[in-house]
Amino acid sequence: MSTLETTDTGQPVDRQETGESWIKKMTGAQSVWILGVLVVIIVFFAITGGRNFFSASNFLQISQNLAVLAVLGVGVTFVIITSGIDLSIGSVLTFSSVIAAKVMEAMGGQGWGTALVGLLVAIVSGGAWGWVNGFLVAKAKVPALIVTLGSLSVALGLAQVITGGIDIRAVPTALADFAAYDKILGIPGLAFVALIVVIVGGIVLHRTRFGRYTFAVGSNEEAARRVGVKVDRQLIYIYLMTGALAGLGATMYLAQFTTTTIAGNTLTNLNVIAAVVIGGTSIFGGEGSMFGTVVGLFIPAVLQTGFVIIGVEPFWQGVAVGIVLVAAVYVDQTRRAAALRGARKNRRAARSAATAK
Amino acid sequence: MTPILEARGLSRAFGHVQALDNSDFDVNAGEVVALIGDNGAGKSTMVKALSGNLQLDSGEILFEGKPVHMTSTQQVAAMGIEVVYQDLALAPHLDPAENVFLGREIPAKGIAGWLGFMDNKQMRRKARASFDELGATVRSMTSPVGSMSGGQRQGIAIARAIAWASKVVFLDEPTAALGVVQTKNVLETIKKVRDRGVAVVLISHSMPAVLEVADRVQVMRLGRRIATYTAADTSVEQLVGAMTGALEVSDGRDAA
Repeated sequence: MSTLETTDTGQPVDRQETGESWIKKMTGAQSVWILGVLVVIIVFFAITGGRNFFSASNFLQISQNLAVLAVLGVGVTFVIITSGIDLSIGSVLTFSSVIAAKVMEAMGGQGWGTALVGLLVAIVSGGAWGWVNGFLVAKAKVPALIVTLGSLSVALGLAQVITGGIDIRAVPTALADFAAYDKILGIPGLAFVALIVVIVGGIVLHRTRFGRYTFAVGSNEEAARRVGVKVDRQLIYIYLMTGALAGLGATMYLAQFTTTTIAGNTLTNLNVIAAVVIGGTSIFGGEGSMFGTVVGLFIPAVLQTGFVIIGVEPFWQGVAVGIVLVAAVYVDQTRRAAALRGARKNRRAARSAATAK
Repeated sequence: MTPILEARGLSRAFGHVQALDNSDFDVNAGEVVALIGDNGAGKSTMVKALSGNLQLDSGEILFEGKPVHMTSTQQVAAMGIEVVYQDLALAPHLDPAENVFLGREIPAKGIAGWLGFMDNKQMRRKARASFDELGATVRSMTSPVGSMSGGQRQGIAIARAIAWASKVVFLDEPTAALGVVQTKNVLETIKKVRDRGVAVVLISHSMPAVLEVADRVQVMRLGRRIATYTAADTSVEQLVGAMTGALEVSDGRDAA
């Protein structure tokens, strides 16, 4: 096998394979496999729940509910691909929404001016937390799990200190109306914002140099460093972006609930991480996709509304999601191991064919 | 003839360990120089010093006859010097072309490139061309390199170095993890690179490999270059003797 076969034999092999491997790559991706699971779940509820479940309004409702998690999921997908983790997003979201609400309360207006200032303040305070996370992970070399566990605690604690634990109900009507009534191209406002963030995030991750470096850092940090990728800077940018997206999510939550939700985000981080991992992003870094994250978000959400519609207690959602999470990762790992064995087998076959010649 | 890369009297101590002790080294364009020595003789330290990865206590490095101060890998890469490390330093989840161009992506044309988009087609085509030029069999341009054999990965790592190394390429134990056939392939590759006029520095423990491919052999012991041989006039016994100190060599500079 290997290195020196003449190019004449080497070339056609590759040409055949490019066509083949495109299909292989598609079917090999966890996100495609998990999309099948989502389709099965949707078909199941469509049959058992009928029109109540399988209607445009139900799906619009689901996407509205998912909007904030999707925005957070974009950042967390980047973070997990670098083999990092961000547990702090829920608390950072709470913190940013408190700061933004305070500022908007002080300004007092009900129009878009106040709302945009609030948005900007939320993004900046979220980004600041992200920068702190990134700096500690990249420069101080503290494990991401610990750094973000710390900022989870500090950000939530500060949010409670600032408010005395009492939610602030000071959201401009412009913002609330955007979430409640506005539609862009027939899509509810928040879902539209989330869609844009997901699409831009996906393009950046899969098409740009920034995305390539994200994968490279997660795949082999030392290799990336040696070829001159500025690994520390890359990590700081990614955590900063994730924090800023939590700030955007904070504004979206304010719009949705017209109040801060100090006690309401304790499980947000884990829900987002679960969705990202269900979607096939490897917790060990180096691989993942934005498309997978979206599918991974829909599975718990569809389960929840589906259960409600067919009259199963919604508490079962947690049970089902937990099982899907572990099963998805288990299947993904066995599939990967099999793919590796398959690759070896193919090579052996190719080698014996070559020797036979 | 001026050596393309020359080290004069390099010294570096790590605590009490004198990793480099007033050591010399030189390699000419279009020549394969093997750098051999027992474990801890200072080979890897020498490579680090010559690739901008080591602060020196004293000594001088000359590139194309002019003194240079090597401070970073990027600076050294810009000079046309590349290193293939023993662990290959590939990103296993990326495909061959992505690895070859990692850190040096070709931007897409126009505004898209300015936004960070890349010309993947061109990178893939150029990577393919450099694999073909080396005769490296890379069966799939779309699979992650982590799923490939040691030989293919070695081919990719060497192709990457060659693609960027216009002047000097260092190969640290390129055959250590390879079988007989693959080793032969790598040695053929080394000869091809040399024939293109690039200086190749081969670090290896495999004496037969060294004697097959090298033009000159420089032996290091205890942080110094103790001997330089012309590969054609030397034997495995002689090399091993010089490496271990069993054979007395007066001064490396005159031994050849």
